[in-house]
Amino acid sequence: MRYAETGYNLEIDLATGNIERVETDPKLMELHLGGLGTSVKMHWDRVPPETKPFDPENLLIFSTGLFNGTPAYSSNRTVVSFISPQTGLLAYPMMGGFWSAELKYAGYDKVIFRNKSPKWVYLWVHNDTVELRDASHLEGRGAVETQDLIREELGEPKAEVAAIGPAGEHKVFVASIEQSRSSASRGGGGAVMGDKKIKAVAVRGTKDVYLARGAEFMEHMKEVTEYINFRNENPLPGVMTILSGIGSPQEMKHTDEKWHTESFAWGNARVRRKDFWTKEVEEKWTKTHLGTVKRLISCFNCPQQCGGLVSYEGVPRYMMKCFSKLTYLMAAYVDDLDFGFKIAQRAFEYGVDSFSTPQILAFAVELYEAGILTDKDFEGCPSDKEGRFMWLLDRLALREGIGDVLADGTYWAARKIGNGAEEYDHNTIKKHEQMNIKLGMLDPLYYLMFATNEKISITQIEGNWPQAAFPSREDREAFVKDWPQIPDDKFKQYFLDWEPRGDNSNPYYPTPQMSAEIVDWMEMLHNIDDALCLCAGMASFCLKPPYHIHNYPKLISAATGMDLDEEGLKKIVNRSRNLHRAYNIRLGLTRADEKPPEDHWRKRFPELEEELLTTYYKYKGWNYDGVPTKERLHELDLDYVAEDLEKRGFLKDGQD
Amino acid sequence: MAKIKKTIKTIRVDADKCNGCRGCEIICSAYHAEPKYSSINPAKSRIQVLTHRLQNIWLPVFAGEYTPAECMGRDKYVIDGKEYEECAFCRAACPSRDLFKDPDSGLPLKCDMCEGNESGPLCVEWCLNDVLTYEEREEEVEEEVEMEEMEIGLGSLIDKYGLDKIASTVARMSQKD
Ligand code: SF4
Ligand code: SF4
Ligand code: SF4
Repeated sequence: MRYAETGYNLEIDLATGNIERVETDPKLMELHLGGLGTSVKMHWDRVPPETKPFDPENLLIFSTGLFNGTPAYSSNRTVVSFISPQTGLLAYPMMGGFWSAELKYAGYDKVIFRNKSPKWVYLWVHNDTVELRDASHLEGRGAVETQDLIREELGEPKAEVAAIGPAGEHKVFVASIEQSRSSASRGGGGAVMGDKKIKAVAVRGTKDVYLARGAEFMEHMKEVTEYINFRNENPLPGVMTILSGIGSPQEMKHTDEKWHTESFAWGNARVRRKDFWTKEVEEKWTKTHLGTVKRLISCFNCPQQCGGLVSYEGVPRYMMKCFSKLTYLMAAYVDDLDFGFKIAQRAFEYGVDSFSTPQILAFAVELYEAGILTDKDFEGCPSDKEGRFMWLLDRLALREGIGDVLADGTYWAARKIGNGAEEYDHNTIKKHEQMNIKLGMLDPLYYLMFATNEKISITQIEGNWPQAAFPSREDREAFVKDWPQIPDDKFKQYFLDWEPRGDNSNPYYPTPQMSAEIVDWMEMLHNIDDALCLCAGMASFCLKPPYHIHNYPKLISAATGMDLDEEGLKKIVNRSRNLHRAYNIRLGLTRADEKPPEDHWRKRFPELEEELLTTYYKYKGWNYDGVPTKERLHELDLDYVAEDLEKRGFLKDGQD
Repeated sequence: MAKIKKTIKTIRVDADKCNGCRGCEIICSAYHAEPKYSSINPAKSRIQVLTHRLQNIWLPVFAGEYTPAECMGRDKYVIDGKEYEECAFCRAACPSRDLFKDPDSGLPLKCDMCEGNESGPLCVEWCLNDVLTYEEREEEVEEEVEMEEMEIGLGSLIDKYGLDKIASTVARMSQKD
């Protein structure tokens, strides 16, 4: 009997249509837990670095994690992994919603696609019945509408469907995979899915998921539940509203957008509008918001409600979460929330990433204004801001005209367009669009997080450590007094001594060594979440979360029957992280790639930045180039990785 | 006729607050697993959340009585412009649908208010959105109404076969055991 995991994967060969149910090695759970961990292992074993994103050999893996389908609140992520057409590295966007639990109940941990289908298909997984079905009639249909169409056609209202829209079909590099109220959007998973001609994956399961020591698991969950209730009733003082609670940002609930609209940069991540949020704006936006969001909704088994059912007059209904109501309007310099709701509907049906896409469109507008793109490129484009953005979105999603170039994302488009366009690609890291934030003083922690994480997306790395120092010592003392989540007491002192100004402030404090330790802690927790497929909003992505390094081992032990302590758990995710890093090194990642955008902060400190990176690498057990050393790999039982890196010349003998 | 007191157990459903998380299904199936909490399977839950997300339908329904035959006609409700699927509000485990049947054995499932659990109905406890509220009230009822389900069935058998025949059959069957 297998516990927490089902012990079976589905292997789909799209070229032949062959479908296999494959039992997995129980040892893999001990080595990598599940979710992202075991997926990375599979990519390492089976997809050599010569593989290009649109090669048939590029695996596309939909993975559940260890906790999906168990009673652990908020465990509902699906990790989708593949070599990204945009970055050329191993991407792993995650989606919430309902899909992964359903797959577990159907009896599988992962669905692994290889090769390409000759015609459009969708996969239907219903317990032991698994079939590739014709999807030619769905070609061109939206990513949201396709989900209901498939449910109706199958006569299975409880089926959960992950689908691509026209953007994925056209292999747009920022194409997303949409599912209920969530999307796996970063890195172009939709494009890889489209390249393989998979329109959707539909799942329904009615089997058991087993817990090794269920009663004990529930005892631990009782404590977690109490803490969730406590945190929901007691928002943290001293931090802004959006950071004071648990769960992903409650963007569908809150109507106050002062912080986002004034602190984040508008246009192509350019301008901060520090007095945007006037009384009139507030009134108008609140009215639109409340009239449009029909209901707050959650993901599977989550007590929070970060999502909303959006019903805006004149456009079909859809679901929304997070910051997407603002990304398009801010990028377009439109002061009207109505536009946000209207364009997002179209964007979700196309199936595009709502962080990257608006920036690409804003980048195109800048190029046009600078004369680098011309009237010919914009032929037929309306001249008003809203119309222009809609027009550009259509072009990008369908790869028409100039949209065909833009569809590859800012980095690649800039290089294709040339003629100085490269200058306007100012907000990417590793070819991937970043959050639209521009700040003053270098922040050592954020420097490291932006530069080094494999996710290449800051929101998936930060979380447990406050974003800024608290002004008063009393507030800091109050904060650390009740902080059971920290992995080590020393962090309390770091926080107590951290001040907004003076000697103990950014950029020199936290020191490079402290910064490395803090970042490592936050990454560690993200990596656990991603292996369990638990929402980061309830663990790694928020302050004082319900799940942390001290209760995770107990929950995992009770669920799986493994006896795991904190050290053991840390070692497992460290192993997976190093494997992931080694994989990306093999794909060509270098130290030179590890840097935040030039203009992210106005005040930069090149020497300090070098020191930060070097200190962090050292702390991680990596060499100067960011390659895991032979010793570190050996400690983590990854000798086979060291051998491979040596063979390929990434590690030189005797020169770690 | 004598009046007696009876405890009526009710779970009030405030469907407007439901965020569709299906947590209630999880905990119900976990509690009723053998041994308790050893497995989870929402399809075995005695509460099912009927959902049509874009139509804004989230409706938790509790499993009621088993019925051997489906209704002659079906009902379909439209409330507030939302069209609920056929039989949406019906609690019966009925041959016309898979709802409220064990997916393996096909046997009917019925909400037992988590009998034996000290803290009461678990779906109520597990739903952190206050959709489900447990209420108990005392009601005075006519004593004869108190007749157990089995008595009702036996009564009808006696009506049909006569008391003697039933008694001798019961005696014979109990000896076999
Ligand atoms: S916190 Fe929000 S995003 Fe996370 S699982 Fe819950 S509802 Fe989903
Ligand atoms: S637990 Fe509550 S909110 Fe969640 S589906 Fe059930 S009734 Fe709705
Ligand atoms: S009261 Fe208990 S048996 Fe009834 S639906 Fe809720 S959890 Fe299930």
